[in-house]
Formats: sequence, C-alpha cells, structure tokens
Amino acid sequence: MADYGECNPKKSALRAIAHFPVPGKYELLLCTQCGICAGACPMGAIKLENGAYVIDRNECTGCYTCVEACPRGALFTHPKESSPIKCKGCGECIEYCPRDVLYDAEKEGE
Amino acid sequence: MALPGYAGTVLRVNLTDGSIKKEPTSPEMARDYLGGRGFVAKILYDEVPATAHGFDPENRLVIAPGPLSGLFLPGSGKVEFGCKSPATGGYGDSNMGGHMAPEIRYAGYDAIVIYGAASRPSYLCIDNDKVEIRNASKYWGRGAIDTEELLKSDLGREFQIATIGPAGENKVKFACISHDFGRQAGRTGVGAVMGSKNLKAIAVRGSKTIPLADAQKALQKGKEMYDSCFSKPGFKEWTPYGTAGVTDWVNEVGAFPTRNFQSGWFEDHKSINGKTLKETILVTDKGCFGCPIPCGKYSKATFKGADVYVEGPEYETIALIGGNCALKSIHEVAYANQVCDNLGIDTISGGNVAAFAIECFEKGMLTEKQLGRKVAFGDIDSVIYLLEKIARREGIGDMLAEGVKSAAEKIGKDSSRIAIHVKGLEVSGYEPRYAPAMMLSYMTADVGAHHNRSWAITYDVAVGRDTLDGKAQKVVELQHVRPLFDALGICRLQWVEIGFELEHYADIFPLVTGLKYTWEDLIKISERIWNLTRSFNIKHIPGFGRSWDYPPARFMEEPVISGPTQGKYIDRQTIDRLLDEYYQIRGWTADGRPTPEKLRGLGLGFVADDLAKGGR
Repeated sequence: MADYGECNPKKSALRAIAHFPVPGKYELLLCTQCGICAGACPMGAIKLENGAYVIDRNECTGCYTCVEACPRGALFTHPKESSPIKCKGCGECIEYCPRDVLYDAEKEGE
Repeated sequence: MALPGYAGTVLRVNLTDGSIKKEPTSPEMARDYLGGRGFVAKILYDEVPATAHGFDPENRLVIAPGPLSGLFLPGSGKVEFGCKSPATGGYGDSNMGGHMAPEIRYAGYDAIVIYGAASRPSYLCIDNDKVEIRNASKYWGRGAIDTEELLKSDLGREFQIATIGPAGENKVKFACISHDFGRQAGRTGVGAVMGSKNLKAIAVRGSKTIPLADAQKALQKGKEMYDSCFSKPGFKEWTPYGTAGVTDWVNEVGAFPTRNFQSGWFEDHKSINGKTLKETILVTDKGCFGCPIPCGKYSKATFKGADVYVEGPEYETIALIGGNCALKSIHEVAYANQVCDNLGIDTISGGNVAAFAIECFEKGMLTEKQLGRKVAFGDIDSVIYLLEKIARREGIGDMLAEGVKSAAEKIGKDSSRIAIHVKGLEVSGYEPRYAPAMMLSYMTADVGAHHNRSWAITYDVAVGRDTLDGKAQKVVELQHVRPLFDALGICRLQWVEIGFELEHYADIFPLVTGLKYTWEDLIKISERIWNLTRSFNIKHIPGFGRSWDYPPARFMEEPVISGPTQGKYIDRQTIDRLLDEYYQIRGWTADGRPTPEKLRGLGLGFVADDLAKGGR
C-alpha cells in the first residue's frame, strides 16, 4: 500500500500460502534479495539500491523473466501493473507482523 | 472518485433464468445502512415477500462484506450472510470470517444478492467482472471441506470458496455455509437456503483496489490501530487459547451448557478446555484476514486410530458438542466438530439437537425404535450417529433436521419443555438461568437465541447476578454495539477480548468513506438496523410479538440441577419485568412492536407505513 498509494493487498510483495486442510501449515513467499532476478533480467532493469534489488519500472518491459527465475516464487504480478511486484526491503511487514514471524536477519545478528 | 470505501457494485444473480445484473452501490443505502448486516437487512426487508417460506425461490441469499472489510486494520475479514430464516421464519443472518470478505470486495462487490432457484446443482464463479453460473453436479453430495479442496484444485488455490455440505443440500434447517477449511456462517439456516436454491458453492477471486476517501491517512490510522492491539495485555494472554480459553471461566460461573442445559456445570470440563486443546492437539494458529489475535486454532486429533484435521474446536463447539452432549475427550469433540464441518451442520444447533434427542430418549419421549438405536450422553457414537442421520434426513434425522422447536411439536409428550430455543433457533453456549442480562439477550435477539447480538454474561457476573437493575439497558447497548461490527464488516473480538477501544472505528470510518460520522451516529444506524429486523419479523411471522420473546419452559420453571448455579432459574414474573423494561427503553409497545414515532425517528417511515397497513 505504501508503494502504490492504494489499498490493495493483491499488490503486496510477499504472500502467505496456506496449506489446508492437510497438513495445516503456512508457507511464506518472501524475497531474500539473492539477486538472481537481476541476473535474469534481459533489460538489466533490476538494480541493487541500499541493499535491496529494485525494479526500475521505466526500463522494465513486463516480460516476467524475473518472475520465472525467482527460486522462491517471491516476485508477483497484478493485472493492473505492467511490471512485476518485488520486495524493496522497506521493513514495513516486520513492523506489522503480529506474530514476529518476520524479522531483519542483519539486525538480529547484531 | 466513485463511492469512497465501497467496491462500487451490487451483484444480482437470478438462478431461475440464469441472468446476472450489476448495479452501482446506492450512496443512500451506504449512508443509511453502512454495509454488511445493514445491507442484508434492507435488501431482505425490501425484496422478500412476507408470505414466502425460507425455501421459496423468492427468498434472497444476501452476502455482504462491509465498508471496512479488506482494509489495513485489525479484524477486517468479516462478511455477513443473510436470508429469511427457515429455522425461525423471520430475519436471519450469520457472520463469517476467513478470507471471503476481502476477496468479494477486491472483485468489486459490496453485496451479492442471489434469488430464484437453479434447475440443477450449480455453483457461482466470480472472477472480478466475469460472473458465471456453472454446473456443480461433480461436487453435489460431497462434504463441505472436500468440496472446497476440490474447487481449489479445479479453479486455482487463490480462489476463495464458500460451500455447503450434504446438510445444506438436504435443507437441514441449521445447515451452515463453510469457508477456509473451518470458518462458517453457522446460524439461522443460511446453508439450507443455499441448498434450496441448488447452489453448492460460491467461488470468488478479485484483484481490484478499494477506493478510499483518504488512503494515506487511513493507512496511518490502520497502523495506529494495530499498534494499539499489540500494546494490550490480552494480545499475548488471550491469543494462545482463543475462544476455547473461556471454557474454565464459564464452567466456574455455572453457565456451561451441560446435558441439554440440565446443568451449567460440567465435571469433565478440564479435559475439553483451551489448555487441553493447546497442549494435546494444536497444530497452528489460523487467522482470518488482517487479524492480530487469531482465535482460529487448527488441530490434529485422533479418533479410533485415524488422524482428524479440523479448525477448532472453538468455544461454542466445546460448549454445545462437548458439555451439552457430555463428551469428555478433546479428541472426541474435535472429531464431532470435523464431522459437523464436513456435513455442513452448525455445531451450536447441531449440539443442541443431538442433546435434545438424547434427553428425549432418556425420558422416554423418543423410543429406541424411533431413533434406530439407543443413544446416551457422553457417547461419541450416539452423537455422530444423530448428526449423520440429520444431515441425510434419514429415519429420525428427518424430524430432527427441522430443529428442536419443530421436533418437539411432533414428539409431543411435553418435550417442548426441554427444547432449548427462542423463536426456533437453538440457544448458544451460555446457561442463562442465573444471568438475567444473558437471558434477556437470548430472548430478544432478532435471529433467535444467539449470543452474538449481546454477550452479557460477563456483565451479569461483574455487577451481580441477582440484580435486575440496568440489565435491560445494558442489553440494548450491546445490541447496538455488537451488530455494528457486522455492518462494518469487521471482527468484534479485538474489542471484546483484548479491550481494543471502540473510538478507533469512529476515527477511521470517515477516512475510509468520507462520511463524517461520529461513534454516536454509527450507533444510531445500528439501532435503525435493529428496528428494521424487528419489523421484518413482525411483517413475516404471523402473530409475532411479545409471546415470541420468551425462553423455553426449562429456563423459567426448572432449577439448574448441579454446580455453582444449582437451584437457580428465572421465573416468569421476572422474565416479564425484564421484557417490560426492555420494550420501554427501546420505545416499543408492551407487545414488542416499534411504535410509528420510534420508526420515523430512526428514518424508517416506510416501515411505519407498512406496519400500519397490517404488517403483512
């Protein structure tokens, strides 16, 4: 929401996948900033900025090669957005996860 | 901008001729009725003929999230299902969590109105603007959980599914609508109405943005609301056990329904309470959309050597399937819970009906021959046997599927004394014979005996259980606050359970909708809706009035047989005093009818005109 200025969780940059009724578990699809998407992008439109790989929407052609390349399934598409949706490492999700499931691994290590 | 806070469209589906219409959401209806329960009440009042039975194709199934559903704020995952109730013949609605409310909004709809009846088993598939009525013969006859799994495999796992089980197909009058592998619109027979329309399921997927009056400020306020929830002591103390955590307290105060409400105290409560659930069968917490305090407890129990996966059991199931049927193992309660969920039976009414049948057998009102076997309290096989018979309307199940009120009328032999219901809806999980406010809550709830309109047992205990002073006033207040959540499309448990402040909702509402309402304005709308649903009952139920607001004879004449409330009951004279005071506070006549002045003062002049014409 912070990124697009609208209320639409379908444009969020992470997903919780529910595995029910069996075994009753959640799986989090979350970007680790591994950079594989940047290597896969034919336009070189994904760049490292302040520790996070960010899609330059002006250079992105919407080919979705990065979405296919992501080993964690953590890049997402939305019918109204031509570019894929990717985590920028802003940390808002950490602040608002009521379960403390999300944390900043670098800060935790300090 | 389109209507801020609203998805913008009301979807109308005529299952008889297969036509699908889309209408813009009316700004006046949004202004006067908010959404959710308010929309359900207004649409049902306007459109359902007074003479139509619950299973008449002219009955409507209305599904409505609210203006706060699907937004970034605590508990925004609630949707209301409503119809003329086949259980009571009056106004019916039931509230459901999970992820359906947001999905309906993201698909672009503020309400879905389903009417007519399909000629063959069908399901409704909504994919943003694309709406289709599809053949459901593949799914018909299957369990609700099985159907949800199959539809997700067929359509894509991102579709949100609401479905009925065999009980809904067979029009069991307390059949529920199921969703999210464990969330239900459980009460008032909404699942039976869906079944009467030959509608097996509704599948929804959406991707749209909800327009907000001030998106940035609403986001900021949403963050503040989450922060406030995180800071409450109950955030960490209440959440691990969810609703099941209240079991011990209810038993301690002698309000735990036991053996068909013969007692308010269950000797084996510790083996089915929240602690036992958490320590023996819990797999994971399971939250609804946007929830910081997930009450959903997903469990893996064992029954006769087999694994049983089920969401729950939550408190109401522990009370009505557990205590009321005297099951003393959490595994047995979980198993019966799973059986109900897959059959599509409301566990509250289901537990009541099973317990009623067992007591009837014990007292010789039903015979072994009629029942098809012996049944007993504390025997899981008896409970499962009855539930299966009911869902398929086989043998004794056909009579029990009508609910305890109808069943008692057929059985006779004074069995209506022990048919625990008000208006035809079975009583939920609080023995009220030493809790006048809770008793009055059950008596006067618009849908019949349900705690969701006014959960006053804590108030009774806090201010003194013998006194009547202030009780009617409190019930009226709660009947405005609690159903308001159902109109806004959000969950009340943040407020009820961890003390989250109500003022937050008044703060965020204008940021979402642009409507400059105060909390008092919102409460006034809730009172309007309450008077509308009361008037619906007057219009639809022949002879409706005061006589429909009395509890079963057991509650007025028979003392509780054991436990801390042993010997207690509330006599008819006291019941009458409570009712008189309640009607007076509400501005209703001594027969429980809203006066024309009251209705006009609430902006319900059209209702006053209707009722003046004779009401039907």
